[in-house]
Amino acid sequence: MEALKQKAKELLQKGDVKAVLGYAVGTGNVRRPHFARTPEQVDRLVLDEKCTQNLATYLTKHEVKHLGKVAVVALPATQRALLQLVAERQLRDDAICLLAMDGTEVKVLPSGAAVEQHLALKTDAMPTADKAMIEKLMAMTREQRWAYWQQELSRCVKCYACRNSCPMCYCEHCTMDCNRPQWVPVASHALGNLEYHMVRAMHLAGRCVECGECGRACPVGIPVHLLTFFAEESTAKQFGQRAGHSTKLDYALSTFKPDDKETFIR
Amino acid sequence: MADTFKLTHENLDGLFAVLRKDGRRVLAPVDADGRTELNDVEKPGQVSKSYIQTIMSAKDVVFPKVERLLSYTTEPGSVELHDAEPHALPTVLFGVRPCEAKAFGALDAVFNWDYRDKFFNARLEKMAVIGVSCTKADDACFCTSVGGGPADTKGSDILLTPIDGGYLAEVLTDKGKAIQALAPQLFTPGNGVDKAMIAAKLEQAFDQPALTAKLPGMFENKLWEGQSLRCIGCGACAYVCPTCVCFDIQEEADPKQGQRLRCWDSCGFSMFTLHASGHNPRETQSARWRQRIYHKFSTYPERYQMLGCVGCGKCTRACPVDMNLREHLVEAANA
Amino acid sequence: MTEKNIYLPYLMRITQITEESPAVKTFRLEFVDEVAAQNFNFKTGQFGLYSAFGEGESTFCIASSPTRKGYIECTFREVGRVTAALADKEVGDIVGFRGPYGNVFPLEAWKGKNLVFIAGGIALPPLRSVIWNCLDLRDWFKDITVVYGARSVADLVYKHELKEWNERTDINLVTTVDPGGETPDWTGKVGFVPPVVEQLGLSAENTVAIVCGPPIMIKLTLPVLEKLGFAPDQIFTTLENRMKCGLGKCGRCNTGSSYVCKDGPVYTLAQLNELPAEY
Ligand SMILES: Cc1cc2nc3c(=O)[nH]c(=O)nc-3n(C[C@H](O)[C@H](O)[C@H](O)COP(=O)(O)OP(=O)(O)OC[C@H]3O[C@@H](n4cnc5c(N)ncnc54)[C@H](O)[C@@H]3O)c2cc1C
Ligand code: SF4
Ligand code: SF4
Ligand code: SF4
Ligand code: SF4
Ligand code: FES
Repeated sequence: MEALKQKAKELLQKGDVKAVLGYAVGTGNVRRPHFARTPEQVDRLVLDEKCTQNLATYLTKHEVKHLGKVAVVALPATQRALLQLVAERQLRDDAICLLAMDGTEVKVLPSGAAVEQHLALKTDAMPTADKAMIEKLMAMTREQRWAYWQQELSRCVKCYACRNSCPMCYCEHCTMDCNRPQWVPVASHALGNLEYHMVRAMHLAGRCVECGECGRACPVGIPVHLLTFFAEESTAKQFGQRAGHSTKLDYALSTFKPDDKETFIR
Repeated sequence: MADTFKLTHENLDGLFAVLRKDGRRVLAPVDADGRTELNDVEKPGQVSKSYIQTIMSAKDVVFPKVERLLSYTTEPGSVELHDAEPHALPTVLFGVRPCEAKAFGALDAVFNWDYRDKFFNARLEKMAVIGVSCTKADDACFCTSVGGGPADTKGSDILLTPIDGGYLAEVLTDKGKAIQALAPQLFTPGNGVDKAMIAAKLEQAFDQPALTAKLPGMFENKLWEGQSLRCIGCGACAYVCPTCVCFDIQEEADPKQGQRLRCWDSCGFSMFTLHASGHNPRETQSARWRQRIYHKFSTYPERYQMLGCVGCGKCTRACPVDMNLREHLVEAANA
Repeated sequence: MTEKNIYLPYLMRITQITEESPAVKTFRLEFVDEVAAQNFNFKTGQFGLYSAFGEGESTFCIASSPTRKGYIECTFREVGRVTAALADKEVGDIVGFRGPYGNVFPLEAWKGKNLVFIAGGIALPPLRSVIWNCLDLRDWFKDITVVYGARSVADLVYKHELKEWNERTDINLVTTVDPGGETPDWTGKVGFVPPVVEQLGLSAENTVAIVCGPPIMIKLTLPVLEKLGFAPDQIFTTLENRMKCGLGKCGRCNTGSSYVCKDGPVYTLAQLNELPAEY
């Protein structure tokens, strides 16, 4: 922890970065994202197993870009998101400065390549609970699954916390906000909710870095991340590539390769 | 002064039965997968035993997330309009906290300050509130900083405060009296308990009148930018908030017919004020965050002589990045 | 008590469509319901929400004068979902109208004064209503001057009325187009609105200025007016914040604590100076 603060202060002092984005203690001991721009703010940084948010989400926001270069305390999921953002040309390689923990040692990862190497050493698999839940859902009949999601999505209020917290939902003109044509109804009724989540899952197939942020963000506890996880897993199976592992990745759903499986064409 | 009675646990059972027999649904906080939700219940036994608050507010009862305002059928050269009637069910809200009970007043202020909104009014008329005082508060709560309190009666038709064997029952309004009149025998004489001793203790966190007085001079303060940096501009805070009243009007139609719907909206969304030209009067998240604070703590007092926040802390609990409103208000008050 | 549905529009029949410029049209609308027609009243400066059934509602000012009874007019530019649907309508089609909403230009208070109207681009509609209103009450006022500028000759709206005003002796009309926007037979001025206003050598004495236009034009015109001696309470403008309800409820249109749909859209510069610049 001290090593991290030390590193953060160093980077700020040298002027290498304008802010360090990490975690701090929040309400009732939860962890919250924290921008440190002064030494006092650096002193409030914490990093422990309670820190979960995917901080890569902030790197594409105007307000954050406006700050200048930002160093990010990066959990593995944040690192994956970062690679995917570079692959999708949303971040420049030279804008990267990640602080990753290696045991008690703080590593500065200054480029996509460095992140790739670091990640290759420790890929963390999907949380077992999520994996089990997906298996449980896939073991259901279609009707049961349909009933499950209808029940879950009936609580959705379309607050878009899931979308806005997702590092890969960076689109400035989101399909949900488009009214010419109105692809998806704005209203949070059964159809509006269903179409929203179906479209979002499709847009994340081959792009979801499986951080689970959308599900954690949902105030009413809908496991929406299972939808994008499933879409990602299916694309990985079909096309043999995963999001968030390389700075060079062609988007599976818009790239044709002669050896693509075509099992979906029946 | 309200009439004070005792309502034993058994008699509450009876009251639920009587209310349902009277054709009212009873909505109350219920535990569901680790969340507390407002649900239809039959018996007090189904009500959550240890909730601080529900995640979503109860505003949905008077201001649903989607409400039809009108519908129409169209043919070439003609349109037939159909007025819409709110499908307002007689409802008793049981167990909402005093902060939330008070929040209906803030909604009423906007829906009726000038033009009267029949949809809201029809639903409000059919709703009665049996509030329950708080015996514990959490780090998000700040009702005592905004003129409320854990056993405040404002907004409740009947306020219950937990005591041994049941509740102290304050019957506060005509709607409350009407409920009592359904089964007067269930309400036994009160025993002069001091509810302040039972209610949660919550220290005042900031001087709200002073904050309200200084906000107009703080519009350009850098504080808002710093506070809003981690806000991701979703609608969670506004959608769970019992007083947030902003809405969008949306059209859904096919070539022959259509309807106009009122849907919740939030000033935190970047599209909220965006013009078709691309011009946006609130271009940055800090301008939008500032609007949230100003609307509740400056505009509301100025226009409606009340606050647009009841200090329930729901926004803080729902926020995916833990924007703690109380903390931010304290910071503003000290700025 | 059953209350009225405040979101229910009047049905209006389009009785005339004028193509003002590329993408800008004026509709003349008449009430389908006789009783509604008779009870309807508005004042100049007010606006309404116009429905294209199937697509939604859009906010436009009422561009006709309240002195002209039996119909209202609106002029709109095709920019989005609703305006595109309206642009497809034909004479005889039905649209919706809710209103009138908002505050008004204080004509009574302007009695005995000189009036200077300054408009740019498509912002003439709100001024057209008040200009006609003032011309119909011509003896209330002293000199009336209108400065109207557009990007090009093609972008000028109300061409037939400009011609009429040009021919009248009781109104001084100055039209201008941006440099490069003129045609060979253009007889008006060439130049941006602010310098054109400056060259007119107007006196601020006993005069009110009413300015409507794109934000940049307003921004550059205000200093010119100040230089000419206009005090902030002699300058009027209208705001166009995004609106949904027009009723002071949906929470979208406010600038500071002022709801543009209720306290506006007409503001004096003195009033705007007191409000945060959220427009
Ligand atoms: C008081 C007032 C008077 C106006 N008068 C006129 C006029 O006389 N002529 C004219 O052409 N335009 C006028 N406008 C602007 C006009 O309302 C918008 O251009 C129009 O609503 C765009 O609607 P849309 O559905 O085609 O666009 P979309 O982009 O599809 O609209 C989506 C939503 O945003 C709203 N919106 C988008 N842009 C604006 C905007 N600039 N101002 C307000 N709301 C917006 C619309 O109401 C709609 O609900 C006025 C606006 C206001 C507030
Ligand atoms: S965060 Fe939850 S409630 Fe909000 S839009 Fe997403 S699924 Fe719906
Ligand atoms: S702003 Fe937050 S604390 Fe205030 S009433 Fe709304 S949800 Fe409750
Ligand atoms: S805080 Fe924002 S969303 Fe809530 S009522 Fe005020 S303006 Fe509307
Ligand atoms: S304060 Fe929190 S809940 Fe509200 S918009 Fe910002 S991120 Fe969303
Ligand atoms: S337009 Fe809805 S409040 Fe002004």
